[in-house]
Amino acid sequence: MGTGMTRESLVDRHLGFVQALREAGLPVSLAEGLDAAGALTLIDLADRNTLREAYAATLVKRPSYRPGFDVLFDLWFPPVVSGSYGTGAGERPDGGVDLEHAEVPELRDRLADLLAGDPDDPAFREFARAMVERFGRVQASAGRQSWFSFAVLRALSPETLTARLLDRMLAERGGLPEKIARQQISRNITRFQDEVATDVRRRIAEESGVEKIARSTVKPPIDRIDFLRVTKAELAQLRREVYPLARRLATRLTMRNKLGRRGRLDFRRTVRASLSTGGVPLTTRLRPRRPHKPELVVLCDASDSVSTFSHFTLLLTFALREQFTKVRAFAFVDTVDEITTMFAPGADVIDAITRMSQDADITRFGRTDYGNVFERFAERYADAVGPKTSLLILGDARSNYQAPALDTLKRLAGRARHAYWLNPEPRAQWDTGDSVATGYGSVVPMYECRNVAQLAEFIETLD
Amino acid sequence: MWFASPDEVRERLTAVDYLADDGITTSVFLAGALGKPLLTEGPAGVGKTQLAKAVAAATGARLIRLQCYEGLDEARALYEWNYKKQLLRIQADDDAWDDIFSEEFLLERPLLKAIRSDEPTVLLIDETDKADVEVEGLLLEILSDYQITIPELGTIAAARRPYVVLTSNATRELSEALKRRCLYLHLGYPTPERERDIVLAQVPGLPASIAEQLARTVATLRALELKKSPSIAETIDWARTLLALGRTELDDAVIGRTLGVVLKHNSDQARAAKELGLAARS
Ligand SMILES: Nc1ncnc2c1ncn2[C@@H]1O[C@H](COP(=O)(O)OP(=O)(O)OP(=O)(O)O)[C@@H](O)[C@H]1O
Ligand SMILES: [Mg+2]
Repeated sequence: MGTGMTRESLVDRHLGFVQALREAGLPVSLAEGLDAAGALTLIDLADRNTLREAYAATLVKRPSYRPGFDVLFDLWFPPVVSGSYGTGAGERPDGGVDLEHAEVPELRDRLADLLAGDPDDPAFREFARAMVERFGRVQASAGRQSWFSFAVLRALSPETLTARLLDRMLAERGGLPEKIARQQISRNITRFQDEVATDVRRRIAEESGVEKIARSTVKPPIDRIDFLRVTKAELAQLRREVYPLARRLATRLTMRNKLGRRGRLDFRRTVRASLSTGGVPLTTRLRPRRPHKPELVVLCDASDSVSTFSHFTLLLTFALREQFTKVRAFAFVDTVDEITTMFAPGADVIDAITRMSQDADITRFGRTDYGNVFERFAERYADAVGPKTSLLILGDARSNYQAPALDTLKRLAGRARHAYWLNPEPRAQWDTGDSVATGYGSVVPMYECRNVAQLAEFIETLD
Repeated sequence: MWFASPDEVRERLTAVDYLADDGITTSVFLAGALGKPLLTEGPAGVGKTQLAKAVAAATGARLIRLQCYEGLDEARALYEWNYKKQLLRIQADDDAWDDIFSEEFLLERPLLKAIRSDEPTVLLIDETDKADVEVEGLLLEILSDYQITIPELGTIAAARRPYVVLTSNATRELSEALKRRCLYLHLGYPTPERERDIVLAQVPGLPASIAEQLARTVATLRALELKKSPSIAETIDWARTLLALGRTELDDAVIGRTLGVVLKHNSDQARAAKELGLAARS
């Protein structure tokens, strides 16, 4: 870190950092804390990147924990700030611009240069810091100032440099080159925003203590984000989590159908047995039973009360469609329609979801009515559910105080090989208001499934 | 001692054409220095398996590979008695009972082989997530004390600890216990700058400008929501294809025609063509 830390202060900082990681929800065990401490004795502490990666290798064992880890690392081990710009001979890192006094247009020119280059250039970060210094301090409340990113970004407005940068990078607009240039520019703008945010946090931490800011800035990792509260950007990230989960769910359900596994041959007993049959070795062939094709029926709530959840479950359904040979998918609001063909494998998932919301006949009056949905389903699609079928219901069990049709669901579930219900609501809210969670749960085992982590857990507990 | 520092890791891996970033060099260094297994996780084709091979090549160590799959059991992973041979021996000699559980009849599998190896060894446990959960228990045991007990032969302790690399595509979460035992390295898609360098290292003769364009194009493709994002392996394949076609420039037409090398799903190709404004191939 180059901060000339003493041994004691390093130990304190290490302990504080590990504690903060735990508070942010990273499960750091005692042994792992010791591994990290052991690693510190082996590396060059003046090299901040190595220090970061050493902590990451010993303490961060899921990619979804990494963003929160990086935020905390930057707070606990802030980079050394050189403070003055362009002192001494040689190339000035500020590109010849006086960052403390230059007018905004000149600063924007400089920012454009940086955005067109390599964001790993140290000048990139230096510039972000200098801009926070100049524009980031804002009156937070009467008599109290604090640091904010938005003030910096408003002053410099990096997005509005895009057109200028494109003109500079391309001879003519359009086509793939423009796409590629845009991708590069937007990556670098994001990078600039991140550098600004990091420096803002560093300054707040300097003024009011690391612990306080740490607690308020670390977001939960993506697999812990509530389905019912995801933002659009997070949804895109969530989509990436879907395919491995679907594949896993498919294997789990297939495995469950394979009765028994091949046991190890007990040699001594086989030989003894063979001796008693006159030494003729009987080759005991343990033929694996043929795994039969699993069938899956998915019923998913596509109503607005669970829109982000249903978007996710539709994605899951879609992904499952590619894994199972026999899957039938149904969506519902207050009536139910089959969407299997709209979700044909090979189709584009986003198109399919759009098409479904236009074409599927799932809404009469627009308010979820589970009872009616189960009745209609039993009437029209009862043949979909048989002794080889796993039935998966995805929804919040909120039925607008309509009759729940428990008996109908019970009959359907009784015909299936297995039935499961995944509910995106926190267990504490089950049965409140119009929720029929316990009622339905008594007929079909219901699992709380608020985030990707719980979905993964559900998949692993299938047995 | 496997490596003296992360910088040395970088140099020696580069010498065998594996380009590492700070995350890779630091964790590879620490795995050797702390004597802990290194778990690398990430999508397909980002160099997880290659990393283990590169560590072996860079250090002149022997590489022993345990390929995991569904149904892998102790008999395939650890050791097995050669019972055909045992039967023959007993049929030949009734008094051979005491001899048949000896070295001569033991079939070594990768884990036992790595533990008993007395030369420097890199043990690659590949695609750990494909194996059943029980196998993790077995690995956990072996990676805790680097010894194996064979009831008939006694306990065999590692002559020297192998350098262990586990890989996983994260199709399922490995157990917390196993993860706690390992150092962790997430390998994701590289920055365009590093990917350009990887391509240049792997495909000699490719013009640098094409490598640059390829890396940026692939980064753009990865930003789309595709079923299967292109991996480094596919970028390399793409580069080889272009080299074979004798291309010195990458224009929309060439990309459109060769997109199938990097995107394997039809729907992904269609999506990319649409989003990137490429003419439809027909
Ligand atoms: N950092 C790198 N330097 C050089 N080559 C690399 C690098 N990363 C990946 N490659 C190349 O990418 C190819 C794919 O790597 P590899 O087979 O190791 O992928 P993987 O992550 O093990 O994939 P899978 O999960 O499919 O097994 C290799 O042929 C390797 O040459
Ligand atoms: Mg591999």
